Amino acid sequence: MASAHAIPSLDEEFEFTADSKRRLMIGIGAGVALVAIGAYLLASGVGSHETHVVHEAGAGAHEGGGHHAYKWTNRLWANVWLNAVYFAGASVIGMFFISYNYLAQAGWSSAFKRIPEALPAFLPFTGIAILAVFFLAGHDLFHWLNPALFDPSSAEFDPIINGKKGFLNMPFYLTRIVLYFALWYMMWRVIRNYSIQEDLEGGTEYYDKSIKLGTAFLLVFGVTSSTSAWDFVMSIDTHWFSTMFGWYTLASWHVTGLAIITLTVVSLKEKGYLKIVNESHLHDLGKFMFAFSIFWTYVWFAQFMLIYYANLPEETIYYRERFSGFGGIYKAPFFVTLFLNFVCPFLILMTRDAKRTYIILKLAAWCIIIGHYFDFYVNIMPGTVGEHGGFGPIEFGMILIFACGFIWSVSSQLTKANLIPKNHPMLVETLHHDI
Amino acid sequence: MSDVNGNGKFLVGIYDDDDVVLSAVKEVKGAGVRIQEVYSPFPIHGLDVALGHPRSRLGIAAFLFGLSGTLTALALTYYTEGFDWPMIVGGKDSYSPVIYVPIIFELTVLFCALGMVGTFLISNGMGPTVKPLMYDLRTTDNKFAMAIDLSKNNIGEGDIEQILRKSGAAEVNIKQF
Repeated sequence: MASAHAIPSLDEEFEFTADSKRRLMIGIGAGVALVAIGAYLLASGVGSHETHVVHEAGAGAHEGGGHHAYKWTNRLWANVWLNAVYFAGASVIGMFFISYNYLAQAGWSSAFKRIPEALPAFLPFTGIAILAVFFLAGHDLFHWLNPALFDPSSAEFDPIINGKKGFLNMPFYLTRIVLYFALWYMMWRVIRNYSIQEDLEGGTEYYDKSIKLGTAFLLVFGVTSSTSAWDFVMSIDTHWFSTMFGWYTLASWHVTGLAIITLTVVSLKEKGYLKIVNESHLHDLGKFMFAFSIFWTYVWFAQFMLIYYANLPEETIYYRERFSGFGGIYKAPFFVTLFLNFVCPFLILMTRDAKRTYIILKLAAWCIIIGHYFDFYVNIMPGTVGEHGGFGPIEFGMILIFACGFIWSVSSQLTKANLIPKNHPMLVETLHHDI
Repeated sequence: MSDVNGNGKFLVGIYDDDDVVLSAVKEVKGAGVRIQEVYSPFPIHGLDVALGHPRSRLGIAAFLFGLSGTLTALALTYYTEGFDWPMIVGGKDSYSPVIYVPIIFELTVLFCALGMVGTFLISNGMGPTVKPLMYDLRTTDNKFAMAIDLSKNNIGEGDIEQILRKSGAAEVNIKQF
């Protein structure tokens, strides 16, 4: 080896300090308190009058027109759903990232491979949250769960939704949801075990196995990323559909995951970990965020422009609702999404030096992480809570609970293995990564 | 950098290996010799850093070319559809930047690409009528050449030849343009 620079130690144990645990507990506590305050405000405010209507509907009386009366709890459940979908995506992207890096036999990313590897540990929690919301409040959030829509003798019979019966029915939907989380989580467990075994035993056996498993996961995720996007998000606006929606949600999840990985790498480096990660690795991560922000914008815009140009009422209603519907409350988040997810990363990360500077990378990552929360907010909220949406203690509290839980899960995963995959076959390449 | 348009007398060290030429650059520079340029059949990692070339300003040029494309497309679409001959299609505004984003994007890319090709040709002295300067034809095949402009060095020709040979040059030739 011609280069003379010394190779730093490969033994790095991440320490999940009692102090950070305490801070995360406080965060979760504050989140619960905020949700409680928000729920109290909603229950004692506008909501109380409408709860009455729901009781009648529950007794079997069907009023014409309205399908589901609004309850204040809808906003609570919609928030759980929103955060669960967002963090489920962010978690599974960790598996997606290591899978395509194995398939491409990429060497550079093995230096910080343990970070994407730690993300999917949060999947079971989001899966449970999603199933819980579906069972507890599915009928309030999902229009298509109303059986009368599929009953030709009913006044509420909807031929369009009835046409989607083969896909949007309770047993198939539940099977799919369980299958997504089971497949994603199981496959991650296996690849994670390979990775830890490789640390102990070395050799290329686990590397070859990981490539095969990663490829299998990409096949699985190629289908499930689209179908889960339809199930989790698109089925809320039951009449509407977009053939780009699967791509669009994958793009959103992917860039969020990349921003989380970058942010974690930079934070760990600031704490003195990951000494083998150099400026070139950060530069590549910056390029990743930059490129996939533009990819998200491309898909977002392609979807928007086709609908704008074609001007078909059943399609434009989606943007009409977000742009000026419900008293215009979704107009601000709609534009905040575009600003934080395209304008900010595009301009912040454009120069070479920006991608090599901690603080600028962190700024861009935060823009993307917050921006894509709003992306899902704009996609989920209008169809679930409509004009009762907003941004109050309940939203902030729910973000806090999920975010602190996610950080906790990632941190505890990071303690379970050496921060650097010591016996990874591509380690020498990543040590000398230089662009 | 446009160092290629040399004029005068050059000393050209020929090397057989990319690793050797890379370490030779450091050695020759360390001896106080000013290197004009190094020629290689393929890019050598870290050579630009070793030569001490300033960072390329190609990115700035690309940005400005792209920006000129964006502005041209905005002006073109606004002049034609918004000012000169407004038309209403599908009940929408006659001028809406949204529907012209593909045009704006494509012209940005086109201007940037053509501008970069032009910049590349000019900065490398490779215009259609320009006769390229070849320090050694074998650099297009399997040899590596280090060119040293004698007029820009205070060290004597014999001494530089000694330094080149010591750094691993297989042969040292004189090239006059």
